Amino acid sequence: MRAYVIRRLIVSVLLLFIVSAVAFAIFFVVPRIAGASSDDMAARYVGKSAGAAQIHQTAVHLGFTDPLYLQYGRFVKGILVGADYDTGPSTVHCPAPCLGYSFLRQTPVLPDLLDRLPVTLSLASGAAVIWLLAGVATGVLSALKRGSVFDRSAMGVALAGVSLPIFFTGLLSLSVFSYAMGWAAPGGTNPMEAANPAQWAYDLLLPWITLAFLFAAAYARLTRSGMLETMGEDYIRTARAKGLPEHTVVLRHGLRAALTPITTIFGLDLGLLLGGAILTESTFSLPGLGQYAVLAITENDLPKVLGVTMFAAFFIIAANLVVDLLYGVIDPRVRSR
Amino acid sequence: MKNRRSVAAVAVCAAVTMVLAGCNSKAKTSTKSTSKAGFNAAVGKIFQPSDKKGGTLKFANSGDWDSLDPADTYYGFSWNFVRNYGRSLVVFKSAPGAGGTQLAPDLAETLGKPSDDAKTWTYKIRKGVKFEDGTTVTSKDVKYAVERSLDKTVFPDGPTYFNDFLDLQGYTSPYKDSDPSKLGLKAIETPDDSTIIFHLKQSFSGFDYFAQLPSTIPVPVAKDTGSKYKEHVVSSGPYKFDQNNLGKNFTMVRNTSYDPATDPASGRKPLVDRMEVALNVNSDDIDNRLLAGDLDVSIEGTGVGAATQGKVLSDPALKAKADSADIARTWFAVFDTDVAPFDNVHCRKAVLYAADKTGYQRAYGGSTGGTIATSLMPPLIPGYKKTDLYEFGSKPDGDVSKAKDELKQCGQPSGFSTNISYRVERPKEKATAEALQASLARVGIKLTIKGFPKGDYAALYAGKPDYAKSHQLGIKIYGWGADWPDGFGFLDQIVDSRVIRATGGNTNLGIKVPEADSLLDKALQTTDKGDREKIWGQIDQVVMENAAALPGIWAKGLLYRPPTLTNVFVNNGFGMYDYTVMGKK
Repeated sequence: MRAYVIRRLIVSVLLLFIVSAVAFAIFFVVPRIAGASSDDMAARYVGKSAGAAQIHQTAVHLGFTDPLYLQYGRFVKGILVGADYDTGPSTVHCPAPCLGYSFLRQTPVLPDLLDRLPVTLSLASGAAVIWLLAGVATGVLSALKRGSVFDRSAMGVALAGVSLPIFFTGLLSLSVFSYAMGWAAPGGTNPMEAANPAQWAYDLLLPWITLAFLFAAAYARLTRSGMLETMGEDYIRTARAKGLPEHTVVLRHGLRAALTPITTIFGLDLGLLLGGAILTESTFSLPGLGQYAVLAITENDLPKVLGVTMFAAFFIIAANLVVDLLYGVIDPRVRSR
Repeated sequence: MKNRRSVAAVAVCAAVTMVLAGCNSKAKTSTKSTSKAGFNAAVGKIFQPSDKKGGTLKFANSGDWDSLDPADTYYGFSWNFVRNYGRSLVVFKSAPGAGGTQLAPDLAETLGKPSDDAKTWTYKIRKGVKFEDGTTVTSKDVKYAVERSLDKTVFPDGPTYFNDFLDLQGYTSPYKDSDPSKLGLKAIETPDDSTIIFHLKQSFSGFDYFAQLPSTIPVPVAKDTGSKYKEHVVSSGPYKFDQNNLGKNFTMVRNTSYDPATDPASGRKPLVDRMEVALNVNSDDIDNRLLAGDLDVSIEGTGVGAATQGKVLSDPALKAKADSADIARTWFAVFDTDVAPFDNVHCRKAVLYAADKTGYQRAYGGSTGGTIATSLMPPLIPGYKKTDLYEFGSKPDGDVSKAKDELKQCGQPSGFSTNISYRVERPKEKATAEALQASLARVGIKLTIKGFPKGDYAALYAGKPDYAKSHQLGIKIYGWGADWPDGFGFLDQIVDSRVIRATGGNTNLGIKVPEADSLLDKALQTTDKGDREKIWGQIDQVVMENAAALPGIWAKGLLYRPPTLTNVFVNNGFGMYDYTVMGKK
């Protein structure tokens, strides 16, 4: 098991390194291939009346005039040993792992990401609990009552949940439940500024439900199909023939088997969301990693884009690792391979 | 004799007093106000005038601030808002309508006093102005503020007017200054704590407009933290920062060191006790919250979104709470004279005559989005003179027969083909390109529409001469807002052919009219305000005579005014509500 974990950890670190190289190539190398000079790159980060001299000065300051391998080397060095940045009157040290300084805002990227992480964590974890409970419960009931009105209605709602985009359900729910009825917090409320846990939950209620609606729908359909398959297995018939109570048959023998693929997908979904629930955070104006990613991309702020990409990749790789390890625990055959 | 002199002196004094009193009373009576809700109730007049203090103003911004540091900000709404926490030498007056385009001394006692050649400008600092920590503001704090704004590696976003016009003699930054006081810039003198003298390398008659830039807001050298200063700007205005979460939100509370007695001319009226500003809020959500009364002001001041516009305009109750504000911004298209056949003025004129201007207006939401422009310079800029050489006013859908005549004179009687560029993130520009494509096809001019990313439009594509020429971008859709409501602030960056750089990043996308360049130079040396303003009108005229651009629309924004606000008016200096005077009921 230890060798398996070490092997997976090494692969994860390698993957992160590859992600950083690919992301760097996309944002720094591709524009060069397309014909952008170092001054062209720098022109994005100056005021609208900047002259050629200022643009060139900025290109030098941001390091665009250096060879690409040096620029990438600086980025990796920052992650490994940290970097120093000039604020004007003084130089500040950005400790490792330093993901760079924003070209536009001139603020270090990592503290910004860490500052926003609790918002995304709050959003993703709360929504995950809701979608897991609601999705799995609906899926199980639908499977057990296959063809009933409940099954058809639940699957209809699930289809709507999967089809309706968050910026639609989110804005609609804000209009109805927050602005018209006053039952939920308005958009732009930062849950991390809440005075107590109850207020925190109240601030996040609509984003949780909106995000969970999307995922619960998919999980309900997945659980339903898994349960239908499992409940038709011979061992379920055997369990029933042995006289086990129905709830034991369903929960211990049926659901447990059906949950294995759900666990895998849940891990990946959660990892993906921790990298930033872009649409939900943008719709509800939550200052999380997703909103940060959108801002970074729209402003073409390359260090921020790189930073948030690395951060998201870390969570996805970590989630993958956890899922793989859990698989190893659940299914010993994986370990022996 | 002595008596007669005394009598004469008294008489003169009385006359002067009467004139001043007359001016004052005129000024007071000319400031209209109303408490009756209605469409445009806050345009040209104060809506719900009030002196009631207290309450909290809630602002929201759909994007981020470029920077709260006065040296590093270039957004119009930021220049409007910065007056709450900083006092520049000169300021746009907080007054409704055209009153807002007038400059008033703020930190300075009077407007600048120029030398005869307009190369040296002197200001006297008001006595008694203090920073939030109670220390007195001196001329050295202003000099230091301007010095640091010159460092564009630390403050890349701010305007470059001081870099371009001061006689720097190689000076680049106080952070590289060997002078122990960090005040080594020779181009600015501070002979005493209340005098500051600017030395320019060329005449500039409108220097007071530079003196109103946030870069002249004083910064105490001991508190300067360079690029981190935006985390805590030391206030010299009526409000100071309470909390500041960059990229998320900030709050402001009253600055107890601010003395209104030192602020007699700006028109500020700090009524509320607190301001809360939320950043990066979904723009649709901002509109919803405004209508629901959960938010007071959309700080960008560009108006509500398209969906909300329809809702507001179709509901009389909502429309009564809206204002259509003129903005010193024009949406237009530029001809690239390096791309044939636009090197021929008649081909350019053919496009001007053939273009359907109503299509241009429709692309921006009809009359709510703006009025059909007949020239580049918006009418609210002092010096504007109506110019309609191509009958846009009387024939807004174009004049096909005149267009065909021009095509004959240009040697392309059956039309020609060219490309038209726009910014892909802007659906209105795409709609404009499509409308022009349809209307120009009537005379055989075939347009191929090419979209480019907004962020690189000026740097790599439409604003890069060799790219534009090699890719035959004959017409480039663009827009420009004045840095301030003055001919220089609007025209300089878009019509002066000498600002076009081969390296790209140009905001002048191809207008090359030598006469306009000469007139710009002449205006910079004309110290008489009235004469100078006439020149702006002349430049606007010669640009149109040369058919250098196709004016589209003069922009308007549909602003929503929640009924809980008092003392609301559109300040033409910024083209949005004035953020230094609003109160709460």
